[in-house]
Amino acid sequence: MELLQKHILTAIIFLPFVGALVISLINSERKNLIKFLGLLFSTLTFIISVYVFIKYDPAKTGFQFVEKYPWIQSLDISYKVGIDGISLLLLVLTTFLTPVGLLATWSSVDKRVKGYVIMFLLLETGMNGVFCALDTFLFYIFWETMLIPMYFIIGIWGGENRIYAAVKFVIYTMVGSLLMLVAIIALGNFASQMGGQFTGDLEKLYEVAPKVSLNAQILMFLAFTLSFAIKVPLFPFHTWLPDAHVEAPTAGSVILAGVLLKMGTYGILRFSIPLFPEATFIFLPYIAVLAVVGIIYGALVSFVQPDLKKLVAYSSVSHLGFVVLGLMGLTIESVQGGLIQMVNHGLSTGALFMLVGMIYDRRHTRMIEEFGGLARVTPVYATFFMIVALSSLGLPGLNGFVGEFLILLGSFKSKFLGTTAFAIFAATGVILAAVYLLTAYQRIFFGKLTKTENQSIKDLNLREIVSLALVLIFIVWIGIYPNTFLKKSEPSVKKVVEQMEKYRSGVFRAQR
Amino acid sequence: MHKYIGLALIFPLIGFIVNGLFGWKIRKEKIIGWIGSLTVGASFVVSFLVYIELLGLPSYARKFTVEYFSWIKTGGLDISFSYLVDPLSVLMAMVVTGVGFLIHVYSIGYMHGDKGFARFFAYLNLFIFMMLTLVLADNYLLMFLGWEGVGLCSYLLIGFWYDKPFEKMTTSDAGRKAFIVNRIGDFGFLIGLFLMYKYFGSLNFNTVFSIASKLQVGDSTVFWITLLLFVGATGKSAQIPLYVWLPDAMAGPTPVSALIHAATMVTAGVYMIARSSVLYALAPTTMEIVAVIGALTAVYAASMGLVQNGIKKVLAYSTISQLGYMFLAMGVGAFSAGIFHLTTHAFFKALLFLGAGAVMHALDNEEDIQKMGGLKNYLPITYKTFFIASLAIAGIPPLSGFFSKDEILWGAYSQGSFWLWLLGAIGAFMTAFYMFRLVALVFETPARYGAKHPHEAPKVMTLPLVILGFFSAVAGFIGIPESFGLKNLFHHWLEPVFEDANAKLILESAHSTTTEFILMFISVLISAGGILLARYLYLERINVVAKLTQTFSGIYKLLYNKYYVDEIYDTIVVKPVKWGSEKLLWRFFDVKIIDGIVNGSARVTSAVSSVIRFIQNGIVQFYAVVFLIGILIILWLIF
Repeated sequence: MELLQKHILTAIIFLPFVGALVISLINSERKNLIKFLGLLFSTLTFIISVYVFIKYDPAKTGFQFVEKYPWIQSLDISYKVGIDGISLLLLVLTTFLTPVGLLATWSSVDKRVKGYVIMFLLLETGMNGVFCALDTFLFYIFWETMLIPMYFIIGIWGGENRIYAAVKFVIYTMVGSLLMLVAIIALGNFASQMGGQFTGDLEKLYEVAPKVSLNAQILMFLAFTLSFAIKVPLFPFHTWLPDAHVEAPTAGSVILAGVLLKMGTYGILRFSIPLFPEATFIFLPYIAVLAVVGIIYGALVSFVQPDLKKLVAYSSVSHLGFVVLGLMGLTIESVQGGLIQMVNHGLSTGALFMLVGMIYDRRHTRMIEEFGGLARVTPVYATFFMIVALSSLGLPGLNGFVGEFLILLGSFKSKFLGTTAFAIFAATGVILAAVYLLTAYQRIFFGKLTKTENQSIKDLNLREIVSLALVLIFIVWIGIYPNTFLKKSEPSVKKVVEQMEKYRSGVFRAQR
Repeated sequence: MHKYIGLALIFPLIGFIVNGLFGWKIRKEKIIGWIGSLTVGASFVVSFLVYIELLGLPSYARKFTVEYFSWIKTGGLDISFSYLVDPLSVLMAMVVTGVGFLIHVYSIGYMHGDKGFARFFAYLNLFIFMMLTLVLADNYLLMFLGWEGVGLCSYLLIGFWYDKPFEKMTTSDAGRKAFIVNRIGDFGFLIGLFLMYKYFGSLNFNTVFSIASKLQVGDSTVFWITLLLFVGATGKSAQIPLYVWLPDAMAGPTPVSALIHAATMVTAGVYMIARSSVLYALAPTTMEIVAVIGALTAVYAASMGLVQNGIKKVLAYSTISQLGYMFLAMGVGAFSAGIFHLTTHAFFKALLFLGAGAVMHALDNEEDIQKMGGLKNYLPITYKTFFIASLAIAGIPPLSGFFSKDEILWGAYSQGSFWLWLLGAIGAFMTAFYMFRLVALVFETPARYGAKHPHEAPKVMTLPLVILGFFSAVAGFIGIPESFGLKNLFHHWLEPVFEDANAKLILESAHSTTTEFILMFISVLISAGGILLARYLYLERINVVAKLTQTFSGIYKLLYNKYYVDEIYDTIVVKPVKWGSEKLLWRFFDVKIIDGIVNGSARVTSAVSSVIRFIQNGIVQFYAVVFLIGILIILWLIF
């Protein structure tokens, strides 16, 4: 037990990997056993992460549960993991969504089940690693590791156009991450110039990087941020997303939207902003503009999609725009909002993709015009869909509102953004979200049941209800008592914001 | 007792959960209906007991904050589920739960046999919960939760019969329209809250109002805050220019129209301004805007009500118009007069809708008043109560509507201007006219519905009508003008709430009682004139009506088609957005430009590499030749 406590993050990262190894030894015909083991290992991981969540003490400063083992000693690159309030929330989100996603799509995948479950567990290892890594090289490795299983998940278990989508996804992301690698090496190099030792240790780099010359900061900031912006995806780097989502299998979409997109926003908050504060100040308004454009653009394009899954995909562009705006606001309210909105988006959009998958399993189409009047035949499904849609459109009392409200409230008064225009334009997204979600909802569930194929659609089964209900618990929880989560992350967020405020006043002093 | 105000919220919430989750298992309509009704009844009892408690206290002590638990706490924001118990909120809670209870009971009869019986009561209970949250909240954010929550219930209930066609669309179209138009208003409301937070550093009533009471009148930030909040109010309370959703909201079941779209939810904007009276008192410009919008809406909506043929449509326009009066009152600083009208209106308008429901119930859901008539013999109770309510709304003394409307008109004249009074007076004439046009065409003219056999509604429906009829008739006596030499109980009750605001306003105190009586007399004459004209035209000279509509067919069409505002909004907003999003943003920008660049760069890469590929073709002889050429070039370069 003590061993587990000392290495608890390592356990969270590699337990899914162990699961993948175990499954690889099993006869691929025993599909149910394989799925069960996949669920078991990911659930165990979740339980451990809940323990970490409870044990995490927000009153302590700095990273917690830190483990460090030298790796490439001459370059001071190490296996260093640890979490603060920011990564804690995203880690728990990841370990939560993996088993839920597997459960929700238990019977949707029938071919090569073994490979499918293995890929998911490997993916989870990569994702958990990204959120725990405190060494830039370790981070980079986990970041790239994730790509491979996702590539296979889309490319093998995806829809008709899966190869195009998988390749587009990988190349898009690779372009960004290669630049990031260059920046990581450059950063280590600057450390050796200034402190005498090349390093990948993030905590050391937090001290060194802000002192680097402005030009170098700008270049490295751009390299990091481009990589993250593609992942988010920030407008106009988003076009891989609809393709990847439409082609990915349901659980792939859930993880893609639920977790992978958050890596981009997490990266901005963990790397871009604190490492390069002065470059951040320069680019902050431009990024905020892209975020706001993304909010409106994503919502408008979402509004006219005939394919339900694409509609949800574009809505992600809009929602993640809110998150980025919150981060750029750099007030405690807006960054906290951005963080909680990352979790919210994972839950709500994850659930939306599960819902889309459930109807696709039944009707083998996702075209909105193929439906209509479903509320009569599938009332339970309709109810779940309604609640999730309401959460996504930011109805107070559900989770989405808390995030959006904090983001807008914070960015409205942000000194860094300097103008209220960002928040005002972004707030139109609140109207537009109601437009596209309710319009789609109405066309699917209301009106007369015209198509004969729809008359015999079965309502949700118990497994599907359970998996959605699990998400719903958190949708309501965060909506009514977000403090459980806000409390944990507040000191970490405050630290970043206060640090940035210090730099800001310093910058102004230098200019004078 | 005030500590237990949370119970008033919990009961309907329990009703919602029980009927929502287990309604399909309970199945028995009676049980479901009474669960729904009694939870609201219990809520009323709680509110009433709190009222009694407040009554026993001196007026300055009638204010409590009850905090249950923290909602959002981060950075400088600290919002709780905390509730404000004061004369205004308790009054609102009693109106909501009292009228709400009667309408719930009525619905047991009205919704009999409906497939979605349990769902209906679940939604209604949720509505009561949200509405109570709205009126009892102690901060703007919690109020906003209720504010959007009632909007959600409105959406769900308008589209309750979601596969039923409604005019050119379906009921769910109407529901969606309501939600979206409300969201446009809420956009303003939200920005108002952001500005408030930036300026006052808080969204809690106590903090904001205590800072505000030290500010100077005419503060420019407060002007913007109040104006933005008012934008929210024009959405929720259906004022110009966001009123368009309310007429369509009539697609919902009639009890819904009575409860949500007449008596309670639509008055939320009025309540919000009354609650924020301190802020509004600081912003005279906003007050003027509110007054003008209110007065214009009162006349504008009434004018459309003159010619509509749907029984609920007429009442819907009437509601918009009456809400206009309430805003007029708010705008001229007659806060308690506005709330008074809100209260009396809740009684008589709920009654009118429920009466309309009883009529439709009797005629197989017929809504067209051209196909009614002669119902006074078949539906005596409905007729009598409807008649009383019509007299009340028309403003005939001593019924309730007379006192409340007259107080507003007097406020408009004495604190506002002659023109505001005139608009109000014109509106009053129209109100009297369209109401008695309705009474005549529905109940008194010869029957025009063929072989149907109308019958009076069951007791469970008529009893609420009678109770509401009683209150419509007598509720006015709690607010008799002081100039009659009696104590205006209503005013005194609300006095502590508006104290701070009134201190900021420069109220004309030196008004003459004579002018007040003269105006009162004129407004009674106007109402009586409207009533008599309608009765004369529709009962005696129906052919004159036909002639008039022909002679003034242009105006008639304009009014009948609601000034074509829906069509204008559709052409200048809805269609361009849809076209632009699809053709310009998606198909052109996203697919052609961005993906064009992405795929283009991929194509360039593969084109370049397909050329370079020829160099590495694996033929050793070729490599040897290239090797040789290279050496030759180097040699040539060296020498």
